[in-house]
Amino acid sequence: MSETDSIEFFTSFRVEDLWFLLEAAGRTLLISVLGISGGTVLGIAFGWLLSIGRWYGAATLGWVLDVFRSVPLIIQLVLFFNFFPIVGFPLDPFGAGTLVLVMYTSALVAQVARGGIEAVSISTRRAARSLGMSYWQDLRYVVWPIGIRAVLPSWTGVALGVLKDTALVSVLGYMELLRASQILITRTQEPFLVLAVVGAFYFALSFPIARFSERLERRWSHD
Amino acid sequence: MIEIEGVRKSFGPLEVLRGIDLTVRNGEVISIIGASGSGKSTLLYCINGLESIQGGRILVDGEDVHGRDTNLNRLRQRLGMVFQQWNSFPHLTALENVALAPRIVKGKSRAEAREIARAQLEHVGLGDKLDVYPSKLSGGQQQRLAIARALAMEPDYMLFDEATSALDPELVGEVLDTMRLLANEGATMICVTHEMGFARDVSDRVAFVDEGRIEEIGPPSQIFGAAQSEKTQRFLAKVR
Repeated sequence: MSETDSIEFFTSFRVEDLWFLLEAAGRTLLISVLGISGGTVLGIAFGWLLSIGRWYGAATLGWVLDVFRSVPLIIQLVLFFNFFPIVGFPLDPFGAGTLVLVMYTSALVAQVARGGIEAVSISTRRAARSLGMSYWQDLRYVVWPIGIRAVLPSWTGVALGVLKDTALVSVLGYMELLRASQILITRTQEPFLVLAVVGAFYFALSFPIARFSERLERRWSHD
Repeated sequence: MIEIEGVRKSFGPLEVLRGIDLTVRNGEVISIIGASGSGKSTLLYCINGLESIQGGRILVDGEDVHGRDTNLNRLRQRLGMVFQQWNSFPHLTALENVALAPRIVKGKSRAEAREIARAQLEHVGLGDKLDVYPSKLSGGQQQRLAIARALAMEPDYMLFDEATSALDPELVGEVLDTMRLLANEGATMICVTHEMGFARDVSDRVAFVDEGRIEEIGPPSQIFGAAQSEKTQRFLAKVR
């Protein structure tokens, strides 16, 4: 405390604040992992449906996914967060944020997945079937490995984008990195320091994804 | 034995096959010749059920290819097919390309499948390329890889869809030699081909297909020496 008895509104950045940020980074990581993995699984299923190309699939699913792709994520978050209680299904910021992130990611991944499936020529798939492979064996042993090699860089781009977009869940009050940094900035009045530290955290989360995908790509290239 | 009876096939309003009748006996090598777009390749796709048909039927050893209860995945194991675009699996080595189907379709062990693959690759003269990826193989080598891949399923019949058409001229010979080798070993083969030399030297019978029908069929000496149909004569005069 200061020598005078005046009230202190602001206190400087302390070591404990790093722990506060680290916890928030953990939440960013959690919601990212859930959003990206859930969205990827769902997106692959959607991409497969789109690739089958039945008109009703393209008309309904394609349209819904276009909406999720086109409306800014922050608007989707606010809309759904307020919409769930109206339909008698109230969700906390974490639940609502995760759900919206999964849908948003799945819409992006669906296009990537469709691209991967279409990267495998019809004649290659016919060759697989001519060997007696079932439809699912063709998907599992031929389309999947060829397709994923073709679109891994695109998927990585989506994943990194979503990781950074989790910052928007802060508008719902979920205490992730950005939200935590805002609180610290208000208290310490040291935006440069806090944002630099938070930026470093985001980098630390993104970097492994980028490196992992780079290594896979290198392993898969035979040149 | 493959029995093709009155087969009709349309793509939309376009009728590609207009009643094809053909019986292929075991051990027989049949070449199918004809202009592009005459329906030759489509006929092959119908034989192993990659295409549906609108009329007639195709029996493989008495089993109706397009029958409601036919297990196509099982039937196709007896019908090896080699495509114009060789369609190697780019993510697998030559050995893995050949070993994949025996392992996952026939349920062979990994070791058994590799042994089958090694033997078949040696059979087509690729014994020194086992661990090479297709991108490092020439077109002719990839096509021989495709032949080995089909043979690894121990099919009773081999269907060749213009197996040499996409190859550079200097690579055609090695693939034709491989096909000759199979024919000499007694394989039953249906070859859609533009290689008249191969059709003449290797086939037991040659079928000339024109506008979705078999215009003329007979031993090579008849087709190439004394064709009875005027259309056959005109086609052969053009390709020679």
